[in-house]
Amino acid sequence: MNVTLKVWRQKSKDDKGRFVSYPVRNVSPDASFLEMLDVLNEELGKKGEEPVAFDHDCREGICGSCGIVIDGRAHGPGRGAATCELRMRSFRDGDTIVAEPWRATPFPVIKDLVVDRTSMDRIMYAGGYISAKTGGVPDGNSTPIPKPVAEEAMDAASCIGCGACVAACPNSSAMLFVGAKVSQLALLPQGKVEAKRRVERMVDQMDKEGFGNCSNNYACEAECPKEISVQHIARLNREFLKKTLA
Amino acid sequence: MKKLIDFYNSSIGKKVTMSLTGLFLCTFLLEHLIGNLLLFAGEETFNAYSEFLVSNPVIRFVEIFLFASLLFHPLVGLLLWISNKRTRPQKYEVYQLKENTPLASRITMLTGSLIFVFLVVHLRTFFVPLRLAEVKPSGYALVVEAFSSAPYCAFYVIALVFLAYHLRHGFQSAFQTLGLRTKSYIGLLDAVAFIFWFIIPLGFALLPIYFYFFQPATTAAATALGVH
Repeated sequence: MNVTLKVWRQKSKDDKGRFVSYPVRNVSPDASFLEMLDVLNEELGKKGEEPVAFDHDCREGICGSCGIVIDGRAHGPGRGAATCELRMRSFRDGDTIVAEPWRATPFPVIKDLVVDRTSMDRIMYAGGYISAKTGGVPDGNSTPIPKPVAEEAMDAASCIGCGACVAACPNSSAMLFVGAKVSQLALLPQGKVEAKRRVERMVDQMDKEGFGNCSNNYACEAECPKEISVQHIARLNREFLKKTLA
Repeated sequence: MKKLIDFYNSSIGKKVTMSLTGLFLCTFLLEHLIGNLLLFAGEETFNAYSEFLVSNPVIRFVEIFLFASLLFHPLVGLLLWISNKRTRPQKYEVYQLKENTPLASRITMLTGSLIFVFLVVHLRTFFVPLRLAEVKPSGYALVVEAFSSAPYCAFYVIALVFLAYHLRHGFQSAFQTLGLRTKSYIGLLDAVAFIFWFIIPLGFALLPIYFYFFQPATTAAATALGVH
């Protein structure tokens, strides 16, 4: 199939940036969006032009590196898939596809489609961990955890930190990301010990980084490649209130 | 106190302020509608109720919280809206928010602003003469007079449609912010939300429609006409 890619080109952090349209020919409908970009970059390379920079790593939806707003949707059309899992058959032959980077003040563009997401790392440094030394592998069932609780913690832990929630949110809020990270630990006995300090520090860091406020329109849940539920945002709010009232 | 200020300064704290003031205003709406339905019971009953509101010290005390909420809810909402606008100075070329979110959630600022304008007009028409005028008019007569105007009634009904949209998003949002919109309560919450976003605005809308089309006479008008 043949498509036209209207893609954001920006040389560096300080460059103003602009959209450039490229025709991309003979793309397999089974190719992923990133493979289509590979095809384009190969063509650009042959012409001696600078390839389009984009983040990628595992290309199987588990690392959280890739992330492009495609036709106005974080990770493109469809649900529950990262950009690397998006297939070109989701588009029609002859389509013009608009590809742009995550846009949010805490995610400055570094180059083309690559943004700096270290603001999310700093939220994790602030408290997204357990500070106790974990030692060796514990015996199975030494800490009993009910199955539904374990499942919910696991669902929260499936967050790959890609930033699609921020990119999709009209307020660039990171509440789904922080909610998932707070939830995965707050639900488990090992994480409960430091729950109050954790939620306080992580929310504080989130605010300092300049993410917006959650207005509960749940665009984040709809665009999350791991389909993380906004129930985790409710839990984050609950944990934060508990911390304040205690 | 420092704890409270820190809490308010956090993003979640501001949202909780929105949530609590919003829910307080919702409880007021319910009370206000029940009271207003007494308009259907006739002039004497409604005016007695109106007089009770003006003279009751408990109501006067709760009124302080009501006006504080009416002030804080839009003010904090506006501050949040402004700070949220700053998070994306470079807009998306294409942004399909509408594919993922209900309309009501995208227009809360618009609906809220119109409700605020409505409130100013509403207070001017009823609250000011009933509470601040030296000679208290009949509350019932004020209603009959106000709702005899078609543009005024249309403005009311439109504002109530906006209120319905505002509450369609706001009511569940308030519970989500308080962390109470959990899986086990979503069904119950949606049912209660329906009362607030649909039944209550509908109840309020019935009043201008009824008074405009049926135009019940006030005692003063009846006396003037020599009818008892």
